[in-house]
Amino acid sequence: MVPTAYYLVLAAMLFSIGIAAFLIKRNVITIFISIELMLNAVNLTFVAFAHMWHQVSGQIFVFFVMVVAAAEAAVGLAIIIAIFRTRQTLNVDEIDLMKS
Amino acid sequence: MPSSLLWFIPLLPFAGFLINGTLGRRLPRAVVGAVALLFTALPAGIVAWLWMTMRAGGAPDVIQVVSRPFGYEWIAITGFHVDFAFTVDHLTLIMLGVVTGVGFLIHLYSVGYMAHEEGYWRFFAYLNLFMFFMSVLVLAESFLLLFVGWEGVGLASYLLIGFYFKKSSAVNAGKKAFIVNRIGDFGFLLAMFLLVAHFGSLSFTQVFAAIAQHPEWQGARFLTAIALLLVLGAAGKSAQIPLYVWLPDAMEGPTPVSALIHAATMVTAGIYMVARAHVLFDRAPAALAVVAIIGAATAIFAASIGMVQHDIKRVLAYSTISQLGYMFLACGVGAYAAGIFHLLTHAFFKALLFLAAGSVIHALSGEQDMRRMGGLRTRIPITFWTMSAGVLAIAGIWPFAGFFSKDEILYRTFTSPNPLHLILWLVGLLTAGMTSFYMFRLWFKTFFGEPHSEEDGSLDHLGAAVHARSTSTLTLEAERGEGQAASSHGVHESPWIMLFPLVILAILSTIGGWVGIPAALGGHNEIEHFLDPVFQNRAAAEAVAAAGSNSLELTLAIVSLLTAAVGFYFAYLFYYRKPGTAAEFASRFKSAYGLLENKYWVDEIYHSFLVTPLLMFTRGILELVFERGVVNGSSRASGLATRGLSWFARKQISGNIRSYAGWLAIGAAIVLAAMIFGRSLWVYL
Repeated sequence: MVPTAYYLVLAAMLFSIGIAAFLIKRNVITIFISIELMLNAVNLTFVAFAHMWHQVSGQIFVFFVMVVAAAEAAVGLAIIIAIFRTRQTLNVDEIDLMKS
Repeated sequence: MPSSLLWFIPLLPFAGFLINGTLGRRLPRAVVGAVALLFTALPAGIVAWLWMTMRAGGAPDVIQVVSRPFGYEWIAITGFHVDFAFTVDHLTLIMLGVVTGVGFLIHLYSVGYMAHEEGYWRFFAYLNLFMFFMSVLVLAESFLLLFVGWEGVGLASYLLIGFYFKKSSAVNAGKKAFIVNRIGDFGFLLAMFLLVAHFGSLSFTQVFAAIAQHPEWQGARFLTAIALLLVLGAAGKSAQIPLYVWLPDAMEGPTPVSALIHAATMVTAGIYMVARAHVLFDRAPAALAVVAIIGAATAIFAASIGMVQHDIKRVLAYSTISQLGYMFLACGVGAYAAGIFHLLTHAFFKALLFLAAGSVIHALSGEQDMRRMGGLRTRIPITFWTMSAGVLAIAGIWPFAGFFSKDEILYRTFTSPNPLHLILWLVGLLTAGMTSFYMFRLWFKTFFGEPHSEEDGSLDHLGAAVHARSTSTLTLEAERGEGQAASSHGVHESPWIMLFPLVILAILSTIGGWVGIPAALGGHNEIEHFLDPVFQNRAAAEAVAAAGSNSLELTLAIVSLLTAAVGFYFAYLFYYRKPGTAAEFASRFKSAYGLLENKYWVDEIYHSFLVTPLLMFTRGILELVFERGVVNGSSRASGLATRGLSWFARKQISGNIRSYAGWLAIGAAIVLAAMIFGRSLWVYL
């Protein structure tokens, strides 16, 4: 049986890759993917702990996260399409109209 | 009897103030005048009713009413309570009679005098406000409530002196009056603090009862201190040396204001306060001596200035200061009843003189300089006859009102146990002669001799008058369309609404003194007996009885009458028989005349020794160091700090999504770190 720590280390690595990509990448879609990566890293943690403690609540949390991620993906992709239609670009450095 | 009616004596004028003050601008003049008159006539009616009930047999000497809405006291702190309470005794009755009665007559006069002025509603609103505070002042049952009225009348006085607010001299005079009065009020406040410290109360009843219970306090140091501080307050309000300087300038206000506030009522508040606190003053002989000396000095000082002034209202202003000095003198020698008697008669004849002077000024279209008056006797006969009654009264000619009250003061001064009594009496006598001189001088210059007012162009070629003519009466002329006609300065008698108060006051100035005819002249001195329950000065009365006698009083009366006659003779000689004599005299004693004409340079001395150093201190130190350094500096520093911080914060909101993402990550990391390590770190610390 694989120890729980392995899953956790994997999840931490995935999360770190997600954060790094989130901060470095300029393409909106890539950033979006990195967010998904972070969410799934968290999911992995939940599942690992649920398995370790033999409790089902962690798995239920995962379902919630998946539902929210799906909804977020729908809204986020819609926003990305709208941005692309108006600005003809997906580079976040050029999308800076929100400054004060 | 419904003593709750007492509340309406101040409240009704206050209602008039509210109505005229808020709606007056939109109301027609007739309504404004009617409101002002109604809300001063009703309190006068209440006071008349009060007189009758309190004169009736078996009536109590004192009526008190206390306001405790829902059972709450006005001020209640542990160990210190003040009630919102009114009290009426015979002293208050006299004051109320003067305030509401003379006040109503002057309101009536003002309706005519101010008929064509701008700001008619404002004038009557302020006048009603004054009536409100003045009634509070005389009705108050505690030093604190008296102080409320005291400050309030000061406010009304300030507003009315500066009534012609477009004229800078009027505005400055208002400020001067207010500031000089503040100096006196400072003394009053300190006196109240001392009273609270020593008696734990400010109620007249309680304080005076406490003093009465401790005969060993005779001349105690703290009583003298309190009394002296009260004297400072009284000197400010009643224009005594050294704080008299505001009253002559206060003549910048409209003439009815000078009559009501700066002659008949407000300026007598100081005397009223000293008389009211007589229990305290009786125990502080040193303070009483100070009162007497201040009074006598002010009387002769102001009278000497009054002898050479040219502005008709200034002469009257200095004469007011001088007469107030008499009242102070009376209080200072313990003859409170005589002081109040003189207050009463003075209210009649000085209000009359001011109103008549207003009528003269009105007739001459705003002329106030006596050098340009003359020969008005036949042109404005009613004003002339009424003013003559006032002049005779103030000069102390038998049987006019001023004779009896002034004589009573002089007699009581002469017989008082005060070691200086002879000097004080002599000063008073001299002042009586001077008073007679300057009043008859005014009389001759205004009503006799050649009419100067119609000489061709004389109004202009004499150059700048002592005062700018009040713009008001010029508008009046223009409105009547008389401005361009040949009789451009047509002398005209005032309307009846102005003459009626004059006639009433003239009658009062003639017979008003008869309430105090002394026994030596076959009377009963009723006013003194009337005031007996208030002053209870049986000891003083016995001392007077021991020192004086009817024949002495008669002799003194004849002496003072002779003095008045001498004053009259000199005025007659100088200003009627040989009109050039006065100028000759003035040139022969140039330095003395200059000293008098420039009012002993007191204003200049105050300016260079008090005002200028104060200004230098304010501008040099307070403004440069404190205002610019501390106040401006601290606000500028905080502004700069905010700007710097906000600059930093603004830089973070770049619009760059990745930098937002970075902040998000850092924030999340910090929260996480705090959650994981925070607790242990906290424990560790």
